Parts: sequence; structure tokens; C-alpha cells
Amino acid sequence: MILFAMMPLWHLRGGQNPSGTRARVEPSAYVARVQQFVRDYGTGATDGGIPVVAPPAGADIYLLGAQFQWTPVLQLEQGAEYTLHLSSLDVNHGFNLFPFNVNFQVVPGYDYGLRVIPTEAGSYSILCNEFCGIGHHLMVGRVIVNPVGTASAPEASPAAAGGGQ
Amino acid sequence: MNAADSAFRVCPTTGLKVHKDADALIKANAVVATVALLVGGIAAILVLLTRWQAVHLLSDVMFYRWLTIHGMNMLIFFILFFEMAVLYFASAVLLNCRVAGPKFAWAAFVLMVAGAGLVEWTTFTGRADVLFTSYVPLRAHPAFYLGVILFAVGAIIVTTIFFSTLVIAKRERTYTGSVPLVTFGAITAAIIAAITLLHGAAIYIPTFLWSVGVMNVDPQIYRLVWWGLGHSSQQINVAAMVSIWYLLGALTAGAVVLNEKISRTAFVLYILFISMASAHHLLVDPGFGPSWKIVNTSYFMYMAVLASMLHGFTVPAGIEMGMRLRGFTEGIFGWLRRAPWGDPGFSALCLSVVVFGFVGGITGVTFGTEQINIIAHNTLRIPGHFHATVVSGTAMAFMGITYYVIPLIFRKKVAFYGMARWQPYVFAIGMLIFSLSMTFVGTFGVPRRHYDISFAGAPFGVEFSPATDLMMGLMAIGGLIAALGGGMYILITVWSVFFGAPLGADCTDKALRGSVPPGVYARPFMELPKTEVELKEHGRLGVAPGTMVLVFVFLVAFVVYYFANWKLLSDTWQIG
Repeated sequence: MILFAMMPLWHLRGGQNPSGTRARVEPSAYVARVQQFVRDYGTGATDGGIPVVAPPAGADIYLLGAQFQWTPVLQLEQGAEYTLHLSSLDVNHGFNLFPFNVNFQVVPGYDYGLRVIPTEAGSYSILCNEFCGIGHHLMVGRVIVNPVGTASAPEASPAAAGGGQ
Repeated sequence: MNAADSAFRVCPTTGLKVHKDADALIKANAVVATVALLVGGIAAILVLLTRWQAVHLLSDVMFYRWLTIHGMNMLIFFILFFEMAVLYFASAVLLNCRVAGPKFAWAAFVLMVAGAGLVEWTTFTGRADVLFTSYVPLRAHPAFYLGVILFAVGAIIVTTIFFSTLVIAKRERTYTGSVPLVTFGAITAAIIAAITLLHGAAIYIPTFLWSVGVMNVDPQIYRLVWWGLGHSSQQINVAAMVSIWYLLGALTAGAVVLNEKISRTAFVLYILFISMASAHHLLVDPGFGPSWKIVNTSYFMYMAVLASMLHGFTVPAGIEMGMRLRGFTEGIFGWLRRAPWGDPGFSALCLSVVVFGFVGGITGVTFGTEQINIIAHNTLRIPGHFHATVVSGTAMAFMGITYYVIPLIFRKKVAFYGMARWQPYVFAIGMLIFSLSMTFVGTFGVPRRHYDISFAGAPFGVEFSPATDLMMGLMAIGGLIAALGGGMYILITVWSVFFGAPLGADCTDKALRGSVPPGVYARPFMELPKTEVELKEHGRLGVAPGTMVLVFVFLVAFVVYYFANWKLLSDTWQIG
């Protein structure tokens, strides 16, 4: 009986639910959206050969899984709310936020939009936890969450964000 | 009797008449199942020694290839060939009748072997490095999908033959009253198998067409229908396993069935609710809304879980009652202490019930919770769960019944019987260490199906907690112990069947002691009070206090684990 009650209750009161918004999207259209996202909020820098993006609080974040890379690298602000979109260019991927162990399935053709509040600052990795081909174990992305305050200047003019390292 | 009597032999031990085709079909399927177990077992050791980072045996390509081989051979070929043998046993042997259409049965067997052969060929030659789930649009050689289809068609034919055999038994009145509970369980397994295999056809035929470029398959729909196959097929295993629990309980300890109605209803719950439960693989997928996920998956799943909990109670309670009826009445646990722990059939049964329930059941229900799935999906917690259910549960039960199949069907003594007495313990302890370490290490977010969690060569370094190294090491050691137990099983069965001493006509204690499980000659179920009145009286007294205590311990463990997971979840980022 407890089991029956817990799931709806957590939807009302709990902070972690896998609902999100769900839509179909052509992989090519999603890639274009990610490129637009990088142009809008990109810092110009790269990290591990992957462009770095610092979106303002409240923004929609577009993360692309492709064999074998997560694009782009994200710089977020602690305590701010974002909408994280996940989709894939090619095959199924698995979004695994390390070290928090938060996991979502990333399916080509589907846009999974999740509201996200990074509650703690630090450097996080995104692992791939769905077998996606022989390079699967090399697929690692990065999210950097800056403590409250340090990234407030770029937030005022998002397009010119310079990153808060 | 319509069939010629020469087509039967009479079992000197149990007095059952055994149809010779049934005999041969059971043997053939059991032999192929053991070959698949051997291949899958070798793959298991290779994969295990690679995930153990200190050894890291294989290259990345070979790791994923052997992992595919491991999954297909263990979860599909070993288990399903064994279950085909169970279906022939539960129909033709238990009901004393002939197999319907033996020619079709052999054709089905050939189809299944051919399909399995195609799958083996494509995977071993690197044409299908797509892992067990083969999620579209990962692409394998068309022959891989064709192999799966042939195998499934063969299995569908066997289920059809099973039902026809039941009809024959009914028509020829080879049994009286309703079918035995074990057969009822097998009927459940066969019905679920039919549903499952139709899902399989629904997804693998389009996927085959996709692989040759004829049509498109949506990746999310694939995941939905595939899991209609993938998890329901596990419910075939559960139904077969529970049937074997009842059978082994009666054979080894004279267990009674507490309440036929409850047990049968529980089997029916499996049929009704398990297809929906498959959707718990999709709890963190983008294609479905929260209400669909909660109602369709978890709530319906709880009905199937309820069924498992009913069996999990009635099987040990039946053993307790059987033992008490036979005079082992002292204290709460006297019956348990005096149980035949040296009988590999009995120890396998108990270990199967305990590990399946405590480890597999508790983790399974917890991970099947919509939100908790966020911190479990595709981590090592998942294989930790299903190795406890399918391997320590189903495979363990299959191993236990094998020690009875060897003397009763193959008419051979059990080779290395002294080793056979230890085999279930070695295997179960290994699997227990293995699946617990896997579950714990998954809590740190270590992904399943992953070649290298040291991430050498990745763009960013990732450092797992040092505890994970220790746990992965433990996992490897547990896995190796289990592999040793599996090796013992294969050695014993192969040796008994091919080189073993035949069972003479002499079925007395003296002739058989020390070479077959005691249930074969002691036949504890014969010692039970015979009359309905006697049984009913005991039934009304019928409390099983020992089992009640065990069930209470189980529930406490369940609640603790369940809420610990909600706590873990609440510590992450807010998301959704």
C-alpha cells in the first residue's frame, strides 16, 4: 500500500521526477537547435575539444548525444533553474550525471525536456550508460556548476557571457 | 489407451508411464541447454575478468562481443531450451500421456537449434556487436534477427504442442481431477511464452526488414515492444521456476500445497499483469508520460509482485507444513533444522527462494519505482538485480531439479554425488557476493555494459570512489566462485548423462544411497497423511510459524531498502 502511494506523492512533494516534457524531433532539426544554442551562449572556449556554453538562468539547454561525445560542455549556476533537453543524433544513449547517479534514457527522434536545478556547485561528468557502439566507454561530457554569485556578471548580458572560471 | 504401449516405458521409481518421444525430447533439449550454459559461462568469465579493472582482460571490441554472447546464450538459449524440456515434462510425463505430434516437436527443435546457430555465427564473427537488447538503430547482420525469429517460431510450436498434449491427456483420461499444480504453473509459463513470443515476432520481424532496408523502425517503439518480449520472457522463467519450487518441495521434503486456490490465483496474476510490468524498463524514457508510467508499469507490476510474494510464502510454508506433518514439530525452526540440507535438490530450492526473494525481489520492486529508477537505470544495480533473480533464482532451481532429472528421466546415477551436494552452496554463495557487490557498486553510478570505468582515453577524467574498486574486486571474486559452481554443475550433468552408471532395477535405499538425491528413494511425499480428512485437520491447524518469522524479516529488509533509496534520491539535484 505504501508502494502505491509513494509515486504520486513524490510527484507532488519530491524534487526528483522523470516526467519532463516530451516531444518528437528529427535528429537533424535537433542538431541544428544545438548549434543555435552554442552560437547563442557559447563562450568561444573549448574544453577537451568540445565547445563550452554558459547559458543564463532560466534558459533552455540543448545537449546532444552522438557516437561518442556529449556536446556541448555546460557552465551552469548553482540554484538556478534550467530546462535540460536531451536527444540523440544516431542511436540510444544513456545520460548519467556523475557523481550524483542521475540517469535518463536518450532516444533518437525524441526530445526529453527536464527542469533542472543544480543544487551544489562543482565539476560534474556526464557518462554514457547505454551501449552505443564500440567507443561507448569513451563518451564522457562535462558540466561545471559555479557557486552562487561568481557568474552573476555574465548573467546580465548572456550573449556575451565569458564564463565564470 | 490409444497409443501403443511399446511407445512407453514405466518409471520403476515413481510408477509413471513415460512416453519415449517425451523422454528423447527432454534429453535433447536439456543437452543443448547445457551446451549453451557452457558457452555462456565461458563468456561470463571473460567479461567478468575484463570488468575487474585490475585484470582488464579483453580488448573493447571483444568485451562487447563476449557480453553479447553471454546474454544470448544464458538468458535465451540456456533458459529457453531448459524450459522446453520442462514443458514436455509437465505435460507428457506428469500427465502420463503421449506427446502430441512428435514430428512437429522434432521440427521445432531443429528450428530452434538452427536459429541459435545463426545467432552464434553472427555474434562470434563480429556481425552483431549489438548486445542482448540490440536496440534499433544499432545495426546487426540480418541473419542475427533471422536467427532470433527462427528460434522464436520453434518455441511457439513447442508451446502449441504443449497445449495439444494437455488436450490429449484430457481426452484420453490419463489423469483424474484437475491438472497438478506443477502442470498448472507450466501452463502459466506457456501462456506467457505465447504472449512474449508474439511480442518478439512483432518487433523482430520489422527489425529484420529494417536490417535489409525495407522499412523503418522507431527507436522508442522498438524499446516498448522489445521489452514486451524482454521482461515478459523473464516471467516465463519465474513461472517455470515457481513450478519447480513446488515440485522440488514435494520431492525433497514432502511439502504440501497449503491452498491450491491461492497458488493457482497467483499464477493467473502473472499472466494478467506481467506484460504491463515490462514497461518499468522505460521509466526514464522520453516517449511516455508519468501517468502511463505509474499506472501501466508499477501498479500493474505490483500485482505480479504480489503473486511472487504469495508463492514466496506458500512454498516455504508448504515445506514447513510437510515437515511438521511428517513429525518434525519441535519449536519454531525445528523443521528447518531437520530439513534435508544435504539433498542438492532441497538446498538448491531453498537458496533459490531466499536469494530470489531477498536480493532479486527487493531490488526489483525498488528499482521499478518511477522516481527511484532515476538512480538505478542502466547502472550496475540492474544486472545486480537480474543476476539474483534469473541466475540465483531460476538457474539455481533448474540445477536443483536436474539432480532429480538425471535419475528419473535419464535413468543414471548422479556422478560425483559428493560434489553435487556442495554445488548449490558454492554457486549460490558466489552469486550472492556477485550480485550484492554489483548492486552496491551501481549505487555509485557505475554504468552497466561498460568496458572501462577508468575512462582511459576519454576527453574528461572520471574518478569513481575508491570503494568501487574494492566492490568490483569482490564482484569478480563472487563471480568466479559462481563460475566454479556452474562448472561443477556442467561436469556433474555431462558426466552422469554420457559416462554415468545406469540405475539398476533395484530401487531400494541400499542400492541408491550416496549416488542419487535421497528424495528419489525415500520419497517423503509418500509419508504424508493420506486421507482428505487428516490433511484438512492439519490444514486448519495450519499455521506455519517459522515461515511467518522469515516473512517478517523479509518485509523489514524490504522497507529499509525501499526508504534508503528515497533518501539517496532526495540528495541529488532537483530534476523533472
